Amino acid sequence: MKIATTQVWVHDQEEALAFYTEKLGMEIRADVTLPEMGDFRWLTVSPPGQEDVAIVLMAIPGPPMMDEETTRQVEELMAKGYAGTVFLTTDDCRGDYEQLKSRGVEFTEMPEERPYGIDCGFRDPSGNSIRLTEVKLPASV
Amino acid sequence: MASVTPARHLLRAKDLADARYAEPLEVDDLARAAGLSKAHFSREFRRTFGESPYVYLLTRRLERAAALLRNTDYSVAQICLEVGLQSVGSFTTSFGRMYGMTPTEYRAAAPPASAHAVVPACIVRAYARPQHRTFREDSGSGRA
Repeated sequence: MKIATTQVWVHDQEEALAFYTEKLGMEIRADVTLPEMGDFRWLTVSPPGQEDVAIVLMAIPGPPMMDEETTRQVEELMAKGYAGTVFLTTDDCRGDYEQLKSRGVEFTEMPEERPYGIDCGFRDPSGNSIRLTEVKLPASV
Repeated sequence: MASVTPARHLLRAKDLADARYAEPLEVDDLARAAGLSKAHFSREFRRTFGESPYVYLLTRRLERAAALLRNTDYSVAQICLEVGLQSVGSFTTSFGRMYGMTPTEYRAAAPPASAHAVVPACIVRAYARPQHRTFREDSGSGRA
């Protein structure tokens, strides 16, 4: 078994796409709009060199797929920062921090030394938390 | 373009408390980060996150103080200042309310988490923040 795709909710796919590609430097893996599914848009991105794993930037659908109340709850959870975290790794946490900072990424934590390496944290425009770690020790899952 | 919900702005205030608790940060500063007036901000923050911004900031500071007690040899007075609190007396009292023991007793009782497992720092912060216990310094706005 392998992990192929995982998803984050986004409040706006265009804004999310600009963030994940232009600011984080990821590439589009799929961008397909399906008229027979009410213009559902399957939009995935992943880092250069990692073609076999991707993140779906999933619009919160609303009715009829998702009822009003649930839609509101998911929007709220996402904006409150509780809709999940994407954990990324890098070879150069401090370098990436400087680069992303200069592109206007909203950081929640500056790079710091931890027992497991150096990491920092930031948010996407929807409020999702993203962690960027330069791992020192062999990862223990 | 779809717009974010108001909670997204409140999240900026919460992130500010998490990032800059070590500075002399107050509820006014958090309100500014959310772009709201103080009274409106405190009400909305509490409605959204279930506790007042004052309590959130205080428990963040106490969580960080507890981590410094576990992981460093800093004095209690130094730790108090490190987490952005000014008075050692009220720090010790608040700490005692939340953790049920003095900072010194806590240090003696708690081995560092890193001795048990490699857990990302953001997880440590999220899960170790103490449950607030109502106290006069909370001006009656805390959860009972």
